[in-house]
Amino acid sequence: MADLTAAPPSGASPTEAIRAQYVELTRRKRLYGTVLLIVFVAMMVAGFRTADDRNAGSFADGFTRIFDYPAEVLSEAVEKAAQLPGHVMHFFPALIETLNIAAASTLIGAIFGTLFSLLATRGMALWPSLIPLFRRVMDICRAIPEIVIALVLIFLLGGGPVPAMIAIAIHTAGALGKLFSEVNENASLKPIEGLSSVGATWAQRMWLGVIPQVGPNYVSYALLRFEINIRASAILGFVGAGGIGYELKNAMSWGKGRYDEAAAIFILLFVTIVVVDQISGKLRDRLIHGAKQ
Amino acid sequence: MTTLDVNPSAGLPRDAAALKRDMETLFRGKKLLAFAAPLIVLAYMVYVFFAFDVPGLYERASLENARTLVSDSYSYKTHVTRDNRDASVSVAIEGERKGSYPEGEAPEWVTLGETTVIDLENGHIVRFGPETVEYDIPGYGTVRATPSRSAGVQAELPAGDVPDWISTSKNRLAIKTEAGRLTVTRNRSEVFRYFTGWELFFFTLDSPYHGLGPVALLEKAFRGEAGAIFNDFWTNKMWRHQDVAWAIGETLLMAFLGTIGAGIVALPLAFLATRNFMPIRTLRFATRRLFDFVRGVDSLIWTVVLARAFGPGPLTGALAILVTDTGTFGKIFSEALENVDEKQIEGVASTGAKPIQRYRFGVIPQVTPVLLSQLLYFLESNTRSATIIGAITGGGIGLLLTQAIITQKDWEEVAYYIVLVILMVMLMDWFSGVLRRRLIQGDTGKPRRKKAKKPPLRNMPFVLP
Repeated sequence: MADLTAAPPSGASPTEAIRAQYVELTRRKRLYGTVLLIVFVAMMVAGFRTADDRNAGSFADGFTRIFDYPAEVLSEAVEKAAQLPGHVMHFFPALIETLNIAAASTLIGAIFGTLFSLLATRGMALWPSLIPLFRRVMDICRAIPEIVIALVLIFLLGGGPVPAMIAIAIHTAGALGKLFSEVNENASLKPIEGLSSVGATWAQRMWLGVIPQVGPNYVSYALLRFEINIRASAILGFVGAGGIGYELKNAMSWGKGRYDEAAAIFILLFVTIVVVDQISGKLRDRLIHGAKQ
Repeated sequence: MTTLDVNPSAGLPRDAAALKRDMETLFRGKKLLAFAAPLIVLAYMVYVFFAFDVPGLYERASLENARTLVSDSYSYKTHVTRDNRDASVSVAIEGERKGSYPEGEAPEWVTLGETTVIDLENGHIVRFGPETVEYDIPGYGTVRATPSRSAGVQAELPAGDVPDWISTSKNRLAIKTEAGRLTVTRNRSEVFRYFTGWELFFFTLDSPYHGLGPVALLEKAFRGEAGAIFNDFWTNKMWRHQDVAWAIGETLLMAFLGTIGAGIVALPLAFLATRNFMPIRTLRFATRRLFDFVRGVDSLIWTVVLARAFGPGPLTGALAILVTDTGTFGKIFSEALENVDEKQIEGVASTGAKPIQRYRFGVIPQVTPVLLSQLLYFLESNTRSATIIGAITGGGIGLLLTQAIITQKDWEEVAYYIVLVILMVMLMDWFSGVLRRRLIQGDTGKPRRKKAKKPPLRNMPFVLP
């Protein structure tokens, strides 16, 4: 501004030019913005209409009925409130199975994710030329939806928790591997150099030089993944992999009059997820906080 | 460690000893942890090993299923079937009607006639005679079987022990060799020959374009048959390319509508949940608990509830994603909004902007990068979720995939869908990454923009720094 006022005699036309240019720029920006917005809204509307057309029930009809089913379930649950604790106890083992699937797959996934991430980080990789290969392997592991592996494995291994565990573990290995390798990039390479100067093997270098640096972040990401995996294992149960999801499917298929069991499962699932979220949130906070100090 | 550096003057032997003791306890603790953590993990894995009945898995696992799955996913079989009651011979790929050759036509390795000769290559030849079925097996001999209504199937095998790849009974003869498979029953004789690849992927047998090479097809396309060629491909009855394309479209649509819808719903709600924009405490608290509730009710439950109201289809999936992600976005957005810089809003307010303008020009530009990057990140991960939700609610590629897996025979289709899903997710991953990088650089990576604008501005006498 000071410059502008400092040269008033000859300044009229350049100021005008700047002004014109600015106005022009703003106008063009606004035009682009408006066009983008229109295209975007059109896409949303067209997408919504297509989805509505291809759906069994229309949005307008279904909208009024959203709360019918929850209301039915809840009213029945209230009616048979005395039986709820019994149902909760009955389904508790299934919940434990779901939690076990999530925990085991997180553990296995974290172990493989650690290996993948170490092998795919520059400066730490055992075979530096294979870094792109391990990156692609992680990408593919991440890209495959759990349900695909789970369904194929159910065909091969029969129903039960193991297919779900393997399926979630594969996905977790890919997802955690990517996050872990981002953590690894920020780790100092000096401890590794120090260790290799005294003749440490690759495993020793990683275990003593890298893992202590990245441990808290790893655990924090693994906890986050555990939360996600509980939900995933509940969903996979629904397609036949055991656990609480499977029980939910059965309870729902009995239909009216037996909704109290479904209600018990809903409550169990809800409480579990909230509790695990809270605990893991606290733990993660502490881990990250500790790491910062 | 720090205490050592800070008071070296207080280097009394007693202090040093205490310090040493402290350090030793610390190290003992660390050592214990280093041993205990893997041990606990190991113990848990052992518990899971037995809780999941992994030893019993060995018995339940079906190697046979694995073999069919693997061989079927990259190969197909052609059935040559003779109806022993009316002596008619038909040839069909995978034994399906939509893959059958027209009456009186056959691939070149089958010679139709009174005696149908099927050449399975490497010397394996099957002859469907008027009365007797013969199979020449190199290195073994000729097997003859005469099916009849009254006497069942009478098989004549070469002398010696019956090998285990031949099974005979009164009414059935089955031979399995590496060249193919022959089954003779009273009513029909059937030969399977296996080929590698996905047959009829482009055109079914009733299309005039079946069996043409890419060059011939291009030539025809240039002669004005491109529409017909595409139509035959698009309506292929075996692979249903049209349905598959729609299914993928539905899945992407679910992810898009769900994610963007959730963003649109969550943004205004997120303002209600922030300390700096929402002075009323109860309302703030209520919105936060609402987000927690929506996130806590698992997407599985939302999917089930919404499927009851809306029936199967992409809309249900989109709404399930929308509802679940509203909670997550609400939380993320409100955290981003609590971190905005007040100065920018003050600056906009000092020009006399109304509240709406203050939000539009003071707040939104600050949070846009966070919002967009989160939206794009979720768009990618929701493509995967949409596949899973589609399998439950019945829509999109998830539905096709589960259907194909449940029939337990079209493994080549399963393999095809899996490849498509992986490609779709990886493509979305790449796309969202590119967009994220571009949009966020556009907002914060000013150097790039300045460079682009500098040349015209340099001619001006007054340049604002």
